[in-house]
Amino acid sequence: MTDVSTLDLLLWVVLPYMVLAVFVLGHVWRFRADRFGWTTRSSQIYESRLLSIGSPLFHFGIIGIFFGHVVGLGIPKSWTEFLGVSDHLYHLMAITIGLAAAVACVGGLLILLYRRRTNTRVFGATTAGDKLMYLMLSLTILFGLLATIVHSALGTYDYREGVSIWFREFWTLRPDPELMGQAPIFFQLHILSALLLFGIWPFTRLVHVFAAPLGYLTRPYIVYRSKDPRKEAERRGWEKVKY
Amino acid sequence: MRVMAQMSMVMNLDKCIGCHTCSVTCKQAWTNRSGTEYIWFNNVETRPGQGYPRGYEDQEKWKGGWELGRNGRLKLRAGGRLTKLLQLFSNPRLPGIEDYYEPWTYDYDNLLRAPAQQETIPTAPPTSLLTGERTEITWSGNWDDDLGGTYAAKDLDPMLKGIEEKVTMEFDQTFMFYLPRICEHCLNPTCVASCPSGAIYKREEDGIVLVDQDGCRGWRMCVTGCPYKKIYFNHRTGKAEKCTFCYPRIEQGEPTVCAETCVGRLRYIGLVLYDADRVTEAASTPDEKDLYRAQRDLLLDPNDPEVIAGARAAGIPHDWLLAAQRSPTYRLIKDYEVALPLHPEYRTMPMVWYIPPLSPVVDVVRDTGYDAEDAESLFAAIDALRIPVEYLANLFSAGDVPTVERVLYRMAAMRSYMRDINLGREPKEGIANAVGMSGQEMEEMYRLLAIAKYEDRYVIPVGHHESAHDLESTGTDCPLNAPGGPGMSMSPPEEPMGMSGPGYATQRRETVPRPEAGRVNLLNWDGTGRPEGLFPSPATGSA
Repeated sequence: MTDVSTLDLLLWVVLPYMVLAVFVLGHVWRFRADRFGWTTRSSQIYESRLLSIGSPLFHFGIIGIFFGHVVGLGIPKSWTEFLGVSDHLYHLMAITIGLAAAVACVGGLLILLYRRRTNTRVFGATTAGDKLMYLMLSLTILFGLLATIVHSALGTYDYREGVSIWFREFWTLRPDPELMGQAPIFFQLHILSALLLFGIWPFTRLVHVFAAPLGYLTRPYIVYRSKDPRKEAERRGWEKVKY
Repeated sequence: MRVMAQMSMVMNLDKCIGCHTCSVTCKQAWTNRSGTEYIWFNNVETRPGQGYPRGYEDQEKWKGGWELGRNGRLKLRAGGRLTKLLQLFSNPRLPGIEDYYEPWTYDYDNLLRAPAQQETIPTAPPTSLLTGERTEITWSGNWDDDLGGTYAAKDLDPMLKGIEEKVTMEFDQTFMFYLPRICEHCLNPTCVASCPSGAIYKREEDGIVLVDQDGCRGWRMCVTGCPYKKIYFNHRTGKAEKCTFCYPRIEQGEPTVCAETCVGRLRYIGLVLYDADRVTEAASTPDEKDLYRAQRDLLLDPNDPEVIAGARAAGIPHDWLLAAQRSPTYRLIKDYEVALPLHPEYRTMPMVWYIPPLSPVVDVVRDTGYDAEDAESLFAAIDALRIPVEYLANLFSAGDVPTVERVLYRMAAMRSYMRDINLGREPKEGIANAVGMSGQEMEEMYRLLAIAKYEDRYVIPVGHHESAHDLESTGTDCPLNAPGGPGMSMSPPEEPMGMSGPGYATQRRETVPRPEAGRVNLLNWDGTGRPEGLFPSPATGSA
């Protein structure tokens, strides 16, 4: 640990924690200061045909990829080995499921990018922040794809013995920057671009990820609210002060 | 019984001249911002016609409103909760901007930039507000006004389905009327039920349906859910917006902007009480044609002692109860039974009601040389003129012709009955009795429909804010009024006190030490020295 280069330390320890702070505090700030802006800013009203193909493809694809990351980064190799899943079987599953999700995600993203650029109505409603976000998102996905193809599928790098361990150590607050410093270039680029994406996340339309309306599944259909804040308080929250 | 109060509106379509004043004043008040150019909280449609957005009543296509499932229970026509969540990324039933119209402005700068002495007259060409490019204007909010363009597109009116052959021949001669539309502020609103974020809500106090702009996340399911397409998507902010029933005005006891500015004075606003426990049951009525009756029966008689007790128990203020008893909408809906809901078959229990127009019938009777004020000829004409009556039934009673006929009979009878009075003849009680009313009722209905004054058309109780204001620590009160404020003792009160409750003022005087008690009468002061009691006596030990 003593001969870690300053650059590695900055990139794989300092930067990630800074990004984490920006990500969390940024969302808190955005929610408190700009709840009105917390929206998907849907452009479906401008154009529906391409969106109806591209958007579900992209979103379901990236949700699949998210869960793939949860498994790949979150579950230690020893656990799957304990369950009797061989390396070969694990990689087979990861590649097939991952490939399907990646095709959907990338295909959807390409359709959406094409739509956003060529449809003048949609392009007219695209802000500078949107463009930066699309750039970072596309780069992250591109580097992720390259890392998987070049280093994992065709190469010999096992991310479960490198990147994944660094990732888990990050959450237990003692990350080893060497694990990342020795990782292949596309993994490094993938993670760097992802960190930048997370850094701008709270300030872009990506906040809509944290608006996923799961409560809709359980709430009653018709919602009533009162003008009187006291009546609203009765529903939920702190105990009322008895005068 | 769970009594709730609901603001409701009745529009008398016979009086609508299609001037669009309501639309324009509403737009000036509410939707004159960017992103809302195409949004008309209030619009006036010429019927027959496609409406706005085009063909919104075709629920086979748009899937708005509720339907009965196979088990007889209500379900959202566009799909339930899980379907909605799976369709978040692309809503298959969302109207596009082309179903409304592409908003535009004019390039007035072109006029200013034109060089002097230019040979051709400069123009201000239209430019799209979405792209900023030159555009062709092909449609707008009332493009088919006064049947303009309706010939080319008349089969596109969803309400003409089944009667289009009969209409083809007599289309231009038979009938035309205007239908002003705002949000229906339904008792069983599908927009509220469709909102994944729970941002749309019905206000407990007055039943007004509102969108919490901070809670809306732009999932746009409400636009699909509303069968009247009265929720719009602000394409700049990415949020849903809808008619607010001008709630800030209503809270002050003032009518909505559309009603206030209505040239024909055809709108009535009043409070109705309804039984919230029975709404779902009424909306689940198996036969569509019984829905009007079920909806009418939901409204409670505000003079019934049981209802009054229920209203008290539900915390409805006394002045609101009095307003419900004087409500013009209740009289038109329940007493005279002349107001009908728009499309009861959507099962949303809409609370903007319409008196269907008799004028198409009257026009035909007059044009054919008969006496258009004579009850007999009018009754006969209502029976004979199937097309307008069937069309009206498609709009106002789920296709049940007798329901519309009953209303038209009453309106015709009123015309006839009142003519005798106006001409100084003996009124014929028989005319009133023929439509199940007494002569006196007929005259009262006439007064309400024809000459009711502002205070009679709009019976709107002022909203109650005082309870919220009383809430301790909300910071809405003037600090001078609170113990510990300037001029009061600086020591905190012994216990937190609400501003409400009997004897609060005297209690405060007793518990909070004041610098000086008693009043000072400066009239008795001779101008010299310090008047007795004006300033506090200096405390011992102070500077």
